[in-house]
Amino acid sequence: MEFVVLLATPLGGSVLLALWGHRPRAAEINVALSLVTFLASAALTARVIGEGNLLAGHGQFFLDPFNVFLVALTAFVGLTTSIFSRPYMRVEIEHGRINARRLRLYHSMYQLFMAMMLVALTTNNLGLLWVAMEAATLSTVLLVTLYRTPASLEAGWKYFILCGVGIAQALFGTILLYFAAEKVLGAEGVSALLWTDLAAVKGELEPTVLALAFVFLLVGYGTKVGLAPLHNWLPDAHAEGPTPVSAVLSGLLLNVAIYAVVRCKVLVEGSLQSSLPSNMLMGFGLLSVVLAAFFLWRQRDIKRLFAYSSIEHMGIVTFAFGMGGPVANFAALLHMTVHSLTKSAIFFAVGHAAQKAGSQRIEDIRGLLAMNPTIGWGLMLGSLAILGVPPFGVFASEFLILTTAMKQQPWATPILLVALGVAFAAIFGRVQSMVYGDATGRRLPHQPALLPVFTHLALVLLLGLYIPPYLAEWYRAAARMIGGG
Amino acid sequence: MNFASLDLQLLNSCAALLLLVSFAMLSQRRVVSLVNLLALQGTLLCVATLLLAWRTGQHHLYVSAALTLALKVVGLPWLLHRLIRRLQVYWDTEPLLDVPGTMLVGLVTVVFAFGLAQPIAELASTATRNAIGIAVAVILLAFITMITRRKAMSQVVGFLSMENGLFFGAMSATYGMPMVVELGVALDVLVAMLVLGVFFFQIREQFDSLDLHHLESLREDQ
Repeated sequence: MEFVVLLATPLGGSVLLALWGHRPRAAEINVALSLVTFLASAALTARVIGEGNLLAGHGQFFLDPFNVFLVALTAFVGLTTSIFSRPYMRVEIEHGRINARRLRLYHSMYQLFMAMMLVALTTNNLGLLWVAMEAATLSTVLLVTLYRTPASLEAGWKYFILCGVGIAQALFGTILLYFAAEKVLGAEGVSALLWTDLAAVKGELEPTVLALAFVFLLVGYGTKVGLAPLHNWLPDAHAEGPTPVSAVLSGLLLNVAIYAVVRCKVLVEGSLQSSLPSNMLMGFGLLSVVLAAFFLWRQRDIKRLFAYSSIEHMGIVTFAFGMGGPVANFAALLHMTVHSLTKSAIFFAVGHAAQKAGSQRIEDIRGLLAMNPTIGWGLMLGSLAILGVPPFGVFASEFLILTTAMKQQPWATPILLVALGVAFAAIFGRVQSMVYGDATGRRLPHQPALLPVFTHLALVLLLGLYIPPYLAEWYRAAARMIGGG
Repeated sequence: MNFASLDLQLLNSCAALLLLVSFAMLSQRRVVSLVNLLALQGTLLCVATLLLAWRTGQHHLYVSAALTLALKVVGLPWLLHRLIRRLQVYWDTEPLLDVPGTMLVGLVTVVFAFGLAQPIAELASTATRNAIGIAVAVILLAFITMITRRKAMSQVVGFLSMENGLFFGAMSATYGMPMVVELGVALDVLVAMLVLGVFFFQIREQFDSLDLHHLESLREDQ
């Protein structure tokens, strides 16, 4: 029942909002739909706490410790982003960047995007996972090009083609996986792509085919994670689309993509009994961290700056999953959670800051603290949190990842430390120059919604100090399931 | 020669023709002909699926053949032709690599594809396992088509050709994916094309051209 509400609300909502059009109250409907989705996810989470793993829809959908918290997180950030986007989009209309008609597309696609991410997270069928990932890409292409500026069209085209080709590789990987599974599970159909069935027989799957499949799956879904050197679409798409879209792309879509990679890794590692998948993940992860850290220095656009920071953090998560083992996996899962909350909070603050300054260029944004203390503090605290300053949750996860790296992969520790240091200096310096100084911006015609920013940051702070026992239990169970190390 | 091997031979010739069409796409500069080649590729795919359905008696293959016919032989080429007429894009500009160069790269790619497909083909129990190499080759050749073209329209045709290759790969290795996945993939492709149609008009409105060199202003240091 909760499953139906969870998936049908955003899906039906997307149709409803398309029909509703640009009549008044569309933004409120968007918030209400997101709220219903969030409540459904909360109910589902409560059921999983009470009853353990769930299987629904003839085994096509499932919830286990690995995806239950991601579902709740996705629905939660979806809700807060819809609250944030209400005043944000109104200001954009008054500034003449979009018209009311395009808001219809925005609301409809926003709900569709949420629906597709939730399908991707809850589906047990790896084929359906692919379909949902592709659909999530398509729904956001039109969101990235919402402003119809030359730069946004370019970003949208890059996003479409790069992710399209990437995800085609993932389809080939899925086909190969099916090919291997069919030998073990029999051709009679649907069950040969069900993750739970595959995980049960992963030791019997043909290693050579799975190794090949993993290469394609990693390159395919890795493009969506934004792993270097396949990350080119990510900064453009984040910088040129509306800020609420940047927030959900960075905070949610990247998580879903990495979730897909890890699901595949579990199967392949079980079959291969070698460290090939781990090494590939570590290699891609480390390369992304290093490359992103150095690209951070060259950024002059505030949204591009934080987009590169997302690449860096996704690199850290990928590296941690590559190391494997209970501690590293635990830390990676925690890092996914806190990065998602922190980065979307930062984008909320950045969005309003850019609206006030009338520009996304870092040098044009000055004196946020004097101008609007809440935005200024939101950006400052958010940046400190994402840079791993204690006592925020990012510190806890990065600390765990670094100490595990010292034990398991000592060679990688200095590289990680240098990259983190470089990123710290790059982001902190720029944020400082934006936060301090004299106020220069204009007044916004609508009061910005800053509640989401501080809710997210409070949660990140909480996770740094205390992790609720059931959440920790999920992390541990998921870490065991992911294995490796 | 008995009848059973005749339809296998027909299947294999379909596969060979698919590869040939991919090469033709690689060298073709007229956008209209490129779309026609795509339709031809779709037709070959449809015929191959029908032959396989008849040979193996798997009913879901008839459905996917019908899907191929509707989407890849009729629907998408029609949509693309319409777009070409509305947007007046007939020729691709000089590609990044000249025709002989592209062909050479293509040849090397085919050898590589067969090497890549070797372990899969050895394990496959399907009658069409020899065609897996061709499917991989079609995918990689389509990939080259995409990389070497500048016009948005040619890149899209390359993308669809890659999709055809994937479909053929799934068919020859496992007699097709489960129905729900196949339907989902078809739906995604269809939606992708619709999004693209919208997208093309937006690009045209902004730049008065579909040449992608306009879309090269975003650089790392902006």
